[in-house]
Amino acid sequence: MAQASEIVPGFDRRTAEALANRQLKIAIDRTAGTARAKRAAIVGEWPDFAVARAHGKAIKDHVVAHLGHYLAEFERNAVASGAVVHFARTADEAATIVVGICEAAGAKRVTRSKSMLGEEIGLPHALEAAGIERTETDLAEHIVQLAGERPSHIIWPAMHKTREEIHELFKAGHAAPDLGETPVEMAASARRILREKFHAADVGISGANFLIADSGSVAVVTNEGNAELTTTLPPVHIVTAGIEKLVPSAGHALQMLRLLVRSATGAAMTQYTTFHTGPKRAGDADGPREFHIVLVDNGRTRMLAEEGGLRDMLRCIRCGACMNHCPVFNQIGGHAYGGTYPGPMGAVLTPALDGLSMQTRDLAHACTLNGRCREVCPVDIPLPTLLRGWRTKSWREGLEPVTMRSGLSLWRSLATHPLAYRLGVAAASLALRLMAGRSRRIRRLPLVGGAWTRHRDMPAPSGSTFLNSAAARARAPGRGKGEIR
Amino acid sequence: MRPDDGAPAAAAEGPGEGLEVALFVTCLVNVMRPQIAESAIDLLEAAGCHVVVPLEQTCCGQPALNAGDAEDAKAMARHQIAVLEPFAHVVVPSGSCTATIAHDYVALFADDPVWGPRARALASRIHEVLSFLVDVLGFTPPPVRLPATATYHDTCSGLRELGIRAQPRQLLKSVEGLELVPLPDADVCCGFGGTFCIKYPAIADAVVTEKTAAIRSTGADILLGGDLGCLMNMAGKLKRQGSTVRTYHTVEVLAGRGALPGLGEER
Repeated sequence: MAQASEIVPGFDRRTAEALANRQLKIAIDRTAGTARAKRAAIVGEWPDFAVARAHGKAIKDHVVAHLGHYLAEFERNAVASGAVVHFARTADEAATIVVGICEAAGAKRVTRSKSMLGEEIGLPHALEAAGIERTETDLAEHIVQLAGERPSHIIWPAMHKTREEIHELFKAGHAAPDLGETPVEMAASARRILREKFHAADVGISGANFLIADSGSVAVVTNEGNAELTTTLPPVHIVTAGIEKLVPSAGHALQMLRLLVRSATGAAMTQYTTFHTGPKRAGDADGPREFHIVLVDNGRTRMLAEEGGLRDMLRCIRCGACMNHCPVFNQIGGHAYGGTYPGPMGAVLTPALDGLSMQTRDLAHACTLNGRCREVCPVDIPLPTLLRGWRTKSWREGLEPVTMRSGLSLWRSLATHPLAYRLGVAAASLALRLMAGRSRRIRRLPLVGGAWTRHRDMPAPSGSTFLNSAAARARAPGRGKGEIR
Repeated sequence: MRPDDGAPAAAAEGPGEGLEVALFVTCLVNVMRPQIAESAIDLLEAAGCHVVVPLEQTCCGQPALNAGDAEDAKAMARHQIAVLEPFAHVVVPSGSCTATIAHDYVALFADDPVWGPRARALASRIHEVLSFLVDVLGFTPPPVRLPATATYHDTCSGLRELGIRAQPRQLLKSVEGLELVPLPDADVCCGFGGTFCIKYPAIADAVVTEKTAAIRSTGADILLGGDLGCLMNMAGKLKRQGSTVRTYHTVEVLAGRGALPGLGEER
């Protein structure tokens, strides 16, 4: 995968850069903070949210359990509506198919509406490599394209940019005159640039929020209307979608949409919700001449095969609530994760898509397992459990550091020999108390403890260990509390 | 009623009368703050329970489990199951260690014909201490006095894996003179995360710095919570920042130890 292979130079360095960037933290707090507050408000006034969530989970689980059936039904109905359906096993295959369709249409210019799957399959890079001019028409994606970056959030791709930074990008990247630095003026400047691109495009490429099996339709939601201009003006429309986007019917899609929009932006409804069924028919006012749907596997059937594990991740509807509520994401932002998808869902997906390696093993560890991501997930994905699953796999595959392996091996020996454990930790307690002295806290610990005391004090043990005292009492009963056995 | 003749507190009558309860101390409480275990025993005995401390207990295995080391985690889990399963009730002064035994042991041995049933049986008998006092015993602790302002942080494992939110707040009403002020974002992680804070110290520091800012914004004298690892993280940061906020496990305050030095404070 062209884009995802750029996930060097390492998690620690990306994290350090992110933490040093004060503008980034301001930008994250503005966007994620607003998103959390709006989500909490709208979920709070939704009396049957828990029921809707359970129902959404059941819909997705049902589709995943019968994926072959719904894929076949979708293909049959899409073809009947006049669409051309393509299957891609890998990211490269998907990108090659899309580029091939563009080349067959003689396309020189394409417009794209926001699609994380497009990022996943490396489409921006593949189009450029084929010499095709690519224009991102989602406002935030437009900003990311001007900056030569990748999205840092799956809902707000440019969340890492402050308004001031965006104005600088527009001044440099947009035709004169500069229209100003308020959000309204900057949107007007982008609209002026993008309007020409919409009209000049030979091919429009979109993603999909839902693939509707019983009609072969593709549903796309946006808040800017750019997807509608991307998909109806050019003579060719290509949809790229992961196969997990399938739902049985439009009714199911609308149930999922309620969960998606409320969880993503805290709004009750998206501004634009468009259902595409086949190309332009006789008598239609507009629409593409050709309508292609590229269904992408890229590791999804492999996830499906893992019973009780990663298949839960196939429920994900890409709302971004997990990252908005993640204490780690809120400090380091999306780029530090290094993959297409950031935050908790990205930490689960990236090793599934790109493979578990020294490059990706950090993602599952850089998590406190606090569980807030699962709490807000609209389809109840057990993200902490899945992240721990990656840690277990990483351990089995020998990717974990030798210090951790020998440390835990020693700890296990102590913890399965009670006397050794009791005396061993009593010795540690004594050492800590000696280090602390009268101040009752330690300002500098040696070895791995230094990672703690670099940023905070270590409170000293308040006395000898409880179990050692208890053992002493057991030898001289009658004093103290509890029965020692 | 507690007799006035100096007889041990175990003679008290209460909702726990006749119940034998084992205390699983946890590693951090054992080493760092034994008075949390003593406070838990005081409260359980005040409720009438007969408290037993099994000396063979060690570590629940959570560090191995969270590191991905399933085999060592299982070895430690088997040891605790054998030590704790004779008791009708096991009480733990930590949400995260309780959740490990209540949930993770069951998952670890899901397909094990021998240890699976034993893990499930223990899971049904293990309780976080505050949840045990409120949900099982319906106990109101004897009143103690502590004139102070406190704020409460919901430690994540207890909150999300065990549903502990109302119990500590309800119990703290029995502390006379204690005013509980809400902590902004009380349900947001403090950045401890076990070995997380050692593996990613800079990220953990950024998270705990936001947490201590929220704590200090309340103007409270005292910070309370239910998991010692999280409390050490927050107290350690508060002390490094020169804050005078005192940090305790909730049971210490309930058992009348709230005027003693807090975490990391001089005697």
